[in-house]
Amino acid sequence: MSAPNKSYDPVEVEALKPEEIERMRDEALAAFAAAGDLDALAHAKTAHTGGTSPLALANREIGALPPQAKAAAGKLVGQARGIVSKALAARQTELEAERDARVLVEEAVDVTLPYDRVPAGARHPLTTLMERVSDVFVSMGYEVAEGPEVEAEWFNFDALNFVPDHPARQMQDTFFVEGPEGTTGDESGVVLRTHTSPVQARTLIDREPPVYVVCPGRVYRTDELDATHTPVFHQIELLAVDEGLTMADLKGTLDHMVQALFGPDMKTRLRPNFFPFTEPSAEMDMLCYVCRGESVGNPDRPCRTCGSEGWIELGGCGMVNPKVLVACGVDPEKYSGFAFGFGIERMLMFRHNVDDMRNMVEGDVRFTRPFGMEI
Amino acid sequence: MRVPLSWLREYVDLPATETGRDVQAKLISAGLEVETVEQLGAGLTGPLVVGKVLTIEELTEFKKPIRFCTVDVGQANGTGEPQEIICGARNFAAGDKVVVALPGAVLPGDFRIAERKTYGRVSRGMICSGDELGMGDDGTHGIIVLPPELEIGIDATKLLELYDEVLDIAVTPDRGYCLSMRGVARETAIAYGLPLRDPALLDVPAPNSYGYPVRVTDPIGCDRFTARTVVGLQPEARSPIWLRRRLQKAGMRPISLAVDVTNYVMLELGQPLHAYDRSRLDGPVGVRRAEAGEKITTLDGTVRVLDAADLVITDDRGPIGIAGVMGGANTEIADPETDPETGVVTGTSEIVIEAAHFDAISIARTARRHKLASEASKRFERGVDPQAAAAAAQRCVDLLVLLAGGTAEAGVTEISAPSAPRTITMPANHPDKVAGVGYGRETVVRRLQEVGCDVYGQDELVVTVPTWRPDLNEPNDLAEEVIRLEGYENLPSTLPKPPAGRGLTERQRVHRRVGRALAGAGYVEALNYPFIGEQALDNLGLDADDARRRLVKLVNPLSDEEPALRTTLLPGLLGALRRNDSRGSHDLALFETGLVFRPEGQPGVAVRLPVDRRPTDEEIASVNAVLPAQPRRAAVVLAGAREQAGWWGKGRPSDWADAVEAGRTVAAEAGVELIISADQHAPWHPGRCAAFHVEVDGEKVLVGHAGELHPRVVKAFGLPARTCAMEIDLDRLEKANEGPVKAPRISSFPVATQDVALVVAGGVPAAEVEAALTEGAGELLESIRLFDVYTGDQLGEGTKSLAYALKFRAPDRTLTVEEATAARDAAVALASERTGAVLRGA
Repeated sequence: MSAPNKSYDPVEVEALKPEEIERMRDEALAAFAAAGDLDALAHAKTAHTGGTSPLALANREIGALPPQAKAAAGKLVGQARGIVSKALAARQTELEAERDARVLVEEAVDVTLPYDRVPAGARHPLTTLMERVSDVFVSMGYEVAEGPEVEAEWFNFDALNFVPDHPARQMQDTFFVEGPEGTTGDESGVVLRTHTSPVQARTLIDREPPVYVVCPGRVYRTDELDATHTPVFHQIELLAVDEGLTMADLKGTLDHMVQALFGPDMKTRLRPNFFPFTEPSAEMDMLCYVCRGESVGNPDRPCRTCGSEGWIELGGCGMVNPKVLVACGVDPEKYSGFAFGFGIERMLMFRHNVDDMRNMVEGDVRFTRPFGMEI
Repeated sequence: MRVPLSWLREYVDLPATETGRDVQAKLISAGLEVETVEQLGAGLTGPLVVGKVLTIEELTEFKKPIRFCTVDVGQANGTGEPQEIICGARNFAAGDKVVVALPGAVLPGDFRIAERKTYGRVSRGMICSGDELGMGDDGTHGIIVLPPELEIGIDATKLLELYDEVLDIAVTPDRGYCLSMRGVARETAIAYGLPLRDPALLDVPAPNSYGYPVRVTDPIGCDRFTARTVVGLQPEARSPIWLRRRLQKAGMRPISLAVDVTNYVMLELGQPLHAYDRSRLDGPVGVRRAEAGEKITTLDGTVRVLDAADLVITDDRGPIGIAGVMGGANTEIADPETDPETGVVTGTSEIVIEAAHFDAISIARTARRHKLASEASKRFERGVDPQAAAAAAQRCVDLLVLLAGGTAEAGVTEISAPSAPRTITMPANHPDKVAGVGYGRETVVRRLQEVGCDVYGQDELVVTVPTWRPDLNEPNDLAEEVIRLEGYENLPSTLPKPPAGRGLTERQRVHRRVGRALAGAGYVEALNYPFIGEQALDNLGLDADDARRRLVKLVNPLSDEEPALRTTLLPGLLGALRRNDSRGSHDLALFETGLVFRPEGQPGVAVRLPVDRRPTDEEIASVNAVLPAQPRRAAVVLAGAREQAGWWGKGRPSDWADAVEAGRTVAAEAGVELIISADQHAPWHPGRCAAFHVEVDGEKVLVGHAGELHPRVVKAFGLPARTCAMEIDLDRLEKANEGPVKAPRISSFPVATQDVALVVAGGVPAAEVEAALTEGAGELLESIRLFDVYTGDQLGEGTKSLAYALKFRAPDRTLTVEEATAARDAAVALASERTGAVLRGA
């Protein structure tokens, strides 16, 4: 206890008594604890820490104390105010957390509500599948070549070694375009291309070898539309002409394609066949990517995709007939080449379980939407 | 070509255990497309025996005549008693030998034979027809009546060769020789490494001058003609069972002995033959081109008017056959007829056999011209072995002598144009180079010899190809023979090394981007057929002289209603829209990208260029000039809601603005800004149609249209009300491409925003106002956006208010209010000057 001071005000001194300070502190703590929400706490804050609060007033009294009493009183008040302000902050945090929790609950929504304000669009799976296949070859260094759909017979047939009257020319049922007045039948020399192969001829005529191109596109044959035929369909054609190309190169390229599209352990099988524009020619099958051949001779595990054959027939291929090279101005002594073509519709059917080709031509949005942007 | 395995075994000693499936696998690997292996007799089990009909009791009390027969089947039924059988067929008599299925037998189709009560009697078996036994068509569909000499009670399954396997081979056009047992046997022998018994290796007498006279006046069309004569044929002789069965299994119908023999030899050797009734021939047989307008009645009873290019067989009366295609009715072999009084059978007893070789192209053209594809023409088109003619004629003669008791006349007529064997010169390593495999000379030579070639030479091989392989002409043809026989399945898998590629072209990338952008904007792609007709163009409301009415027409369209190719994408897309709508999808946004076909200039003929060299650039240009322009376009159609109503609020119907926006979307992907203006253009609503232009080299080029469709068009196509559409030419857009996007300079100084509302006459396009504001505002203008269009009472009649937000910013400083205001005032001033705009409230 300090020594008596003759000039002190007995009232003020009353306010700085330790028990008074404790009381003020405890009142403040009680008020904060009693504050049920942030508004009440704001009021309590003003009442107990504001400029006119008892502790603030007490603090002001310290100045009037004799110098030897100031330090002790200052310590006493300062400690009390520190405790009060800590309690306030703690309560503030507590109440804010309570409020946040309540509000976030109140703001909860039903996230399962559907949202189809602008229904998604989609690209046609034939388009995206053609792009997908093209990209496999583009990544190998091939370029994409295009040509007209209304095509001169010379490009569609003659340049590809379909000689007039050859039975092969009859194999394909061709749409002929009307010629000028006075001509009849096929005399116009113009057809709707029956395959993407005329693009081969155009490419070879336009470019110097080495040529590595892939030609996707629409082709036409006079089939009536049914579950497995359509008069307008899509093909993709592959052509490589370079020095020293072999059938082994063709086989390797086809193996790579089916692996890129259907998985790393896929393979192909070649069977001899006949096409005028290739010699030697082959029919190309790919291993059934569903059963991997395990359904063959295994009646317990039939495979719908390949009809339990183990292989899926994909398309025709072969070494470019030297006569085609000659007609396109490429020296067959120096260059050789290979070509391959297949129908996109068929691949879409077995790759995506399409059971009816009509779905691909009718443009029903329910069919196309699920295919999205890529395939 | 249908090949019975039992017949094939006659020429190749296949191991007894080899099944049809085994042979199929071998032949597929060698390049023959064996599509199916038919199992004859599948589902058939005996007892099936020969029986003799003893008695026939006609039962007349039923709706149809029924016979109750007793049939002697010997000891086959275990008792030796006659078997009692009910039968509904009538083409047999007592004493006939028939095929009886006894109880316990199962016929194809799980038809179980058992004792049963029927028509008031007990029937203990069945008297069988060919159909019931799965034997194929014999032309009668009745009970099989067997030759009388057969022993009663013997097993009929063996007698009728009911168990067999038949390979069905789709012969490719280059392998005509495989349209014969001889050819397939050759391939089978090579595939198994077994010797072949060549059925064409026959002793043939040398030609002489006293055979039936033949005059060939067109040695190009007919380079070989053999004629042989057989006399003293018994008209009543029938083809034996084995011959009939082989024909049936091969898919042909037995007719009469002479015809069956010619068909049989054709199947065996691949040489089509014709048999003439010598008594009906009038003078020498000739071969010449027809005179235009000449007529012939062919065997099928059709009168055909001949073309001057048709090759015909003649006698003194005129044409008696279309060479290599079908014979004439007037020299047909007569069906045997039995005199009911005397029982004497009369019919053809003297036959002249023709075995000739005709030009493949000539036959193909004639068959096509007369729409008459016969077994003969099919073979001649694909190439018949010219050396087989004499052997085939001999085989025919032998069979007729053997089976019909005839006598071969000594005269042998043979006319042949001189021909040298065909040779191909090829480096011995050529097949190796084609395959990418080192076969070696020895293998190459051996394989070529196997297919029938004579091979000489060391490094350079001189290969004489067999006469039955007209398809072998070039070194690559020979390479294919070697590679296929060595096995395509044994080719290694290697990858070539293409030069580094350049990826997709800009044009190709644009096409993909356009598709993705439209799909991203909610459009679904439809790929429609490009066929249209006048109706669609009328529905679109096109004027008579509209360029879209100039069509590329098809000679042979699938439908006469749609005989031409589209000149616009809209009819196809609108059809898809209507189809979706009728199937219950009403909120629709569809797109398509594809070619349209626009004839240019006068129609012409694309000449057939040479194929023995590259055509010149001029030749190619002349061919290309005949083709129509085929620009690639993009189009969209919309109907119903563009934004759906839902828990989030109201929806929004699609409208003209969506269609115009689709055009902007496409153009943006092509890197081009559209100039949009009002237009009146079918099929759009005249007040709601935008034209799209782009600038190419300073010229404005029309690239497309968009907007709401004309109500009449909506009605004509049966579309939902207010259907909208857009169509734009991607090729023209491509020409306007402004190159790579130039990055904007981004200023970090504060923006100064000024809003202006301008009142203009109702007809003033917003695009003009905006253009004037933009130009007037000068460099400080960063962006301009129209945020409101208002018409109403507060404005004068026939005016509208356009409210724009202008954002100003400088690259190097904070703009003052005065600077921004001055720029805005300049903008408004120019808009006023250009469009008569007045600042609203001013």
